[in-house]
Amino acid sequence: MKRQLPVLITGIVGAVLVVSVFIPHAPFGRLGEDFSVFFDIIAVFAFILGGGNLLRVHGDKIYRRAKGWQFSIVTVLGFIITLIAGAFKIGNVNGIRGDVTAPGSLFTNIYDFIFTPLQATMFSILAFFVASASYRAFRAKNKEATILLITAFIVLLGRTPIGNYATAWLPSWLSFFHVPNLANWIMAIPNLAGQRAIMIGISLGVVSMSLRVILGIERGYIGSEGGKG
Amino acid sequence: MRIVQVFKNIDRRVIFLFIALSVIVPLIFNITFTEKASPIVKNIFDKIESLPEGSRVLVSLDYGPSTFPEIQPMTNALIRHLNERKMKIYYMCLWATGQNLTTYTIDSVQVREFPDRRYGIDYVNLGYKAGNEGLINVLLTDMKKMYSTDVHGTYTDDIVMMRALRNLTGFDLIISLGGGSPGIKEWVLFAGDPGNIPVAGGSTAVQAPLLYPYWPNQLVGLMGGIKGAAEYESELKKHYPVYENRSQPGIKMMGPQAIAHIVIMLFIIIGNITFFVERSLAKRGQAHG
Amino acid sequence: MADIWTWIGALLTLSILSFLYKDNVFYKFAEHLFVGVSAAYWMVIGIWGTLFPNLIAKIYPEGVRFVLPSLADREPEYHYLIAAVLGVILLLRLFPKIGWVSRWALAFIVGTTAGLNLVRYLRSDFIGQVQNSMIPLVVFEKGSLNLLESLSNTILIGGLLCGLVYFFFSKEHKGAIGTASRIGIWVLMMTFGAGFGYTVMARISLLVGRFQYLFADWLGIIGR
Repeated sequence: MKRQLPVLITGIVGAVLVVSVFIPHAPFGRLGEDFSVFFDIIAVFAFILGGGNLLRVHGDKIYRRAKGWQFSIVTVLGFIITLIAGAFKIGNVNGIRGDVTAPGSLFTNIYDFIFTPLQATMFSILAFFVASASYRAFRAKNKEATILLITAFIVLLGRTPIGNYATAWLPSWLSFFHVPNLANWIMAIPNLAGQRAIMIGISLGVVSMSLRVILGIERGYIGSEGGKG
Repeated sequence: MRIVQVFKNIDRRVIFLFIALSVIVPLIFNITFTEKASPIVKNIFDKIESLPEGSRVLVSLDYGPSTFPEIQPMTNALIRHLNERKMKIYYMCLWATGQNLTTYTIDSVQVREFPDRRYGIDYVNLGYKAGNEGLINVLLTDMKKMYSTDVHGTYTDDIVMMRALRNLTGFDLIISLGGGSPGIKEWVLFAGDPGNIPVAGGSTAVQAPLLYPYWPNQLVGLMGGIKGAAEYESELKKHYPVYENRSQPGIKMMGPQAIAHIVIMLFIIIGNITFFVERSLAKRGQAHG
Repeated sequence: MADIWTWIGALLTLSILSFLYKDNVFYKFAEHLFVGVSAAYWMVIGIWGTLFPNLIAKIYPEGVRFVLPSLADREPEYHYLIAAVLGVILLLRLFPKIGWVSRWALAFIVGTTAGLNLVRYLRSDFIGQVQNSMIPLVVFEKGSLNLLESLSNTILIGGLLCGLVYFFFSKEHKGAIGTASRIGIWVLMMTFGAGFGYTVMARISLLVGRFQYLFADWLGIIGR
């Protein structure tokens, strides 16, 4: 039961969804739709699981007074306050019946002035690290690295107005070498060729992996007792 | 040589400072440039121009605060264009963080700049539903199975512009404004191709190169990053003079963008010069024993 | 003068930026706060957006009258109990002794993903891409040869084939295959170079956005 039933569930659900593409009529069409709807609903339980796990991990850290437990209090408090603000729609103009993201509510203020600055800034500091890493590691050591570097420079210049001004003096019969045109050509031809090759390779990998999962050959998702059949 | 050692061992905080200044200075002095739409961006503009008045357009805001500066300018420009063309706009999102942004977009652009357009008749906010590609799969056959109400709790059959809509094939265009997964790729794979529905997109610059293979057969067009937003804004200004003197955030951000790109390129060049000089000095040292 | 909420946003922004100097207690505070708020945010949106209208309203419509009166008078659809049971089973993962039961719900999720992806990826990312690559090698425009288009299409198809050869590891990369593989690497290097350029653009945009918030919304030094 512990191992066979999950494999059976995966196989049946996967097979029904594949068949429903080719036979959209009852029962496969209806079943395929219902399975997709159930999937959407279970996704919300995954969010609740994430929240519960967070409370468990940080609650445990606080209880055991582990290293950094004081910061765990911040995490738990942030979680509880945001949850209460959203669950009870505190400050919403239309009360409990209104849109949870209505302007002026406590939940929306938490989103706008706590969640947004934190997430946005965390991603924005990557700009500094990109610059620092490029300075230290980006070297034209061989032919391949040189091609990468030259392409990167053309795209970097071409995607800004400075590239436009730098080669605006070129005559029309040399317009191909006008940096923005060159950058657009690089994106539309060699970049597209490489991305398409990667995409085809990945798609074959996804298809084979999906088949292996549906046929029960790949069982890694079951856990430590599972693995390949 | 000492200078080589200085450049080789430069503290990364010095680099950080240069990057910060390269962004702050152009912002303060409001350095801007003119833009011109590339073909991949112009395709989206031309598609919307070609749709008749009253066409149904689904706009999916599939991003969050982490990509807001890149995507929001293109969202605003698109919403303005769709309203100028009197399209019926259906807002939704595949990301939970998109729901707040949808509310923000409707408040700051839809309602503020087009007060004569009516909720439920000209635009509707369907909000977020969990499920990623599973959600798109359901919407392709039956929208109201998942969207039984809009974001305000109104039964969708009571909303005028939802009554005749059965599923995604009822849309004339789907536009996904996305910061990752789920996003434009999922809309192409699970809606555009199986439902034969035109899909256009606005993505982060990180994702844009990965989506080029879908253009132009599976993706009408693509706005890639802040450059794409600036190009769309410039096209909007060209065709709708009312936006000529209005602040365009995408175009405004291209000034700091340009300077920062130059600074990063200079750092890479200096790094390479340092590397090659050091290497040739080492070879010379070895040659002399 | 910025209000208290803008000040909170600005101080949190500066706390994260302080990490650039070195790791410190302000950064750690902001980081931990983000984790907690983020987890709760997704839960709240998921519960109000999906759980109430798409599960509770389907199984027990009367139960949502206080929040979604428009759905309270509909007939119950009891087959949604399957989703409810699977969802509760998933939550049992929090309890180590009976956590193994959550594999059933996970199996459902994995099966759905595999079933959906198999057909869609095959159609759009394989067949669709092969179809998109069937473009003319010689392009005529208004009766005369368009050299740039013809060369571009040839480079595209040649580059694609060489890139695919590079990823073919069942045969040793020698001779003609070795040459094609080498060209494939160059094409891939151009792809990665373009990707790097766009990545830099993306990261700088996010930084510009943050500085706009600090200088426009908080300090009011510049206009929006």
